[in-house]
This record gives sequence, structure tokens and C-alpha cells, in this order.
Amino acid sequence: MTVPPPIAMLAELTHRCPLSCPYCSNPVALQGRQSELDTATWADAFQQAAELGVLQLHLSGGEPASRPDLVDLTRAAREAGLYTNLITSGIGLTPKRLDALEAVGLDHVQLSLQGTHADLADRIGGYKGGFARKMAVAQEIRDRGIPLTLNAVMHRQNLDDLDRTIEMAVELGARRLEVACVQFHGWATLNRAALLPTREQTEATKRKVAEAEARLRGVLAFDFVPPDYYSDFPKSCMGGWGSTGLNIVPDGKVLPCHAAETIPHLQFDRITDRPLREIWYDSPAFNAYRGTDFLPETCRSCERVGIDFGGCRCQALAIAGDAAATDPVCRKSPDHHRVTALLDEAMRDADGADFTYRVAPR
Amino acid sequence: MSLTIAESDRTCTLAIADSDRPYLPRGVRLKADKVRGGTVLLAPEKAVALDAIGEAILSRVNGQARLGEIIDDLAATYNAPREQIAGDVQVFLQGLRARVFLQVKS
Repeated sequence: MTVPPPIAMLAELTHRCPLSCPYCSNPVALQGRQSELDTATWADAFQQAAELGVLQLHLSGGEPASRPDLVDLTRAAREAGLYTNLITSGIGLTPKRLDALEAVGLDHVQLSLQGTHADLADRIGGYKGGFARKMAVAQEIRDRGIPLTLNAVMHRQNLDDLDRTIEMAVELGARRLEVACVQFHGWATLNRAALLPTREQTEATKRKVAEAEARLRGVLAFDFVPPDYYSDFPKSCMGGWGSTGLNIVPDGKVLPCHAAETIPHLQFDRITDRPLREIWYDSPAFNAYRGTDFLPETCRSCERVGIDFGGCRCQALAIAGDAAATDPVCRKSPDHHRVTALLDEAMRDADGADFTYRVAPR
Repeated sequence: MSLTIAESDRTCTLAIADSDRPYLPRGVRLKADKVRGGTVLLAPEKAVALDAIGEAILSRVNGQARLGEIIDDLAATYNAPREQIAGDVQVFLQGLRARVFLQVKS
């Protein structure tokens, strides 16, 4: 098969973060500051990415503002010709720093939202005072006219506030709202009972998003990630493994997706050991699940194989025990009963389920 | 990279008047794609590969030109019926406007 060049790169600059959200997309084994790549190595990675065909760079973490060199990194990304998105909780973005980021050409900010009011948001983020600081940062972003996306991470404990979330996005002047229902990898799997929404919440969410999307067309664009355990068919994870995006983690390992390290038999190359181009086109990890030939007959004979590529490899491993299996979310999967069992278990244990918060890396 | 075109039943609030001056808001820009060729429209966390028609339209969108002038210019340049060009341009720009990739001023 012909491998296309990647479009987007996620740069996890650090795993450090003042928040400790119980669904953090970082791995459960977090990397500390001493293993992080330095400024020059990141700058070189951005240059290589641009030459490889990457158009969109997501500067993320952890909290990317925890990196003292965030402004230098943003400048390097823009000089490489990349469109720069800053994916942040807002904590650590002082007015002075926002001025500096604007001056070096930051294109866009994606601000996370844990909840619509301080009690809820600070409890979920595990950081007292975080909501108030975030709202202040949102106002600073708005005052400068920096394009803003609000990323509302949604789950059982805040989905009933979706209407207010949408209102807030409009009030904050966001052009785009991600209604990102928690996907269950890493930390989130430790909190499934507390986070999995009910079927009723899921149906209401789909209805509300569709209604708001029609009403706010031209004002607020929506990206909706539904809770996939209730879906008939799996999500098109990463648009297909190794087809559109890649991820560099704080110590320089290059992954096909942020959760790929949960697949233990894959070995990931580091940007410090091998050119990014070789890693993308030639490394065994990136070629492991490219295309659809590796999939079972259930998928290969399915009319949706070109739409969802058999779903998420990490989820196939986590639930079905085989990273090459049909994503068990699919109703055609022979392992679908395992998803149903997880749902039943989560609903049974939901009342009184406490969060296991993400811990701070050293 | 794909482009969603607004459906005709959604266009009531997004229609652009001949006197409107469309523009790409901050954070939306065109870029030559050196690796794949052609031009891409870059927007927050999105990249849209433009075909020749999209490129011809957006290269005339600068916040100064009015929609009517853009259509006149395209009709003259491509020697095509104005009505047909007007329809194509409206559908294309409304699709972008729906996603807030394009805004207009009067």
C-alpha cells in the first residue's frame, strides 16, 4: 500500500501538569522532567515534521505551559511553517506569556474545560482555584482575538451540563467546541465507574449536539466525540493507524497515537535515534496496523472497513486481548459482550465511585 | 482532508449578499503544500485541500472585494455564465462560513 504523508503531529512536550484529571490521556506511567527533550531537539523535530508533510502541530502535554521554553518552541514551530495549536488548561499562561506567544505567531488555543462552575471543575481537575484562573485566561485570549476552541471533556458527572457548556463556549467567544466524551484508555479505565455516562445521557447528548450545531451554524463549529461503548460501530481511530497523524512523547519516542504504548509488543523509535521520515515510513510499529490486511475476516468483508478501519487498536487489545482484533465496540465483534459487561459493571458500581486522580510525575 | 459543502436546506442564515465582503478570519490562512502540491486552507486543527476551483475563489477573498465583484471576476476569467459561478461560489463559501472558516463584513 502507498503510505501518505502525515497531516498532524501531537507534541507532548511534558507530562507535568498542575491538574490531575482522572481521565488524563497521558499514560499511567508518567515521565518526569529529567527525561524531557530539550528545546533544540524539539525544534529539529518540528522542522523534520514540516518537511515530511505535517501541516498542523498540536503543542500539548501534560500542560505545555509547564515548559519554560514554550514561547521558543512555538516560534520554532512557526518558523518551520507549521500551523500551531496550543492545547492547554490555561494554568501558567500569564498575560505576559500570551503576549509573547502571540508575538511569535501562535495560531490557535484549545482550552480545556473540566466543568461549567468552580465546584465541579476544580473537583474533576483536582486543582482548587483552577476554574477561576482558567476563566481569567479565557478572557485574556478573547481580548487578544486569538482564535479559541473550547475542549469540553464530558462524562457521567458533567454531561447533564451540556447546555450550559455550549452557552459558555459562545460567551467566551470560541469559534469551535469539542464535545469530547471520555475515551477509555489509561487513567480513564481506572475510573470507568465514575466516568461512563448512562445510555440516557448519551442519547440526550447526541440530540443536544445536533440541535445546537444546527442553531449555531456559522457561529460555533462542533466536533463531537460520542461515548463509543454505546455505539453500534467503532470510531475511526486516528483515521487509520499511521495514515494521518503521529505523536511524540516527552522523551522523544514517536507513536502512531497517544495510547499506543499500551500495546506492549510494539517497539517505538526515538526522534533522537532515527529520522522522523524513516520512523513514519519504515518502522515496524508504524507499519504494524497500517491498512486493513491485518484485520480478521469480520472486518475485511464489512462494508464499513474503509470508514473505521476496524476501530481502535488499543481498545481491541485492552478489551479483546488482541490488538489486531475487531474493536469490540463493534456490534459485529465476537467480543462485543465484553463491552456490554463493562457497561453493566460500571453502571452497577457508579454510585459512590471515587476518582483515582492522576498523580504528578517526578 | 475533505471539504464539507453546506446543504441547501441549511443556507438561510449563511447566505452571502453580493455586497458583502468575505474574509478569512484570524487563524485561517492559505498555504502552498510543498509535499503534496496544491494549496491547503489551514484553520484551527483542520486542513482542507483545495481543488482548483476552491483556490480560484479563495485567492480572490481578501476582505476588500465584494462577493459580486469576486463572481464577476471569476465569470470573466473563466468565461462562464455568471449565474452558474454565483451558485458554485455561494455553496463553497457557505460551507466554509458554516465552520467559521470564513466571515463577512458589509
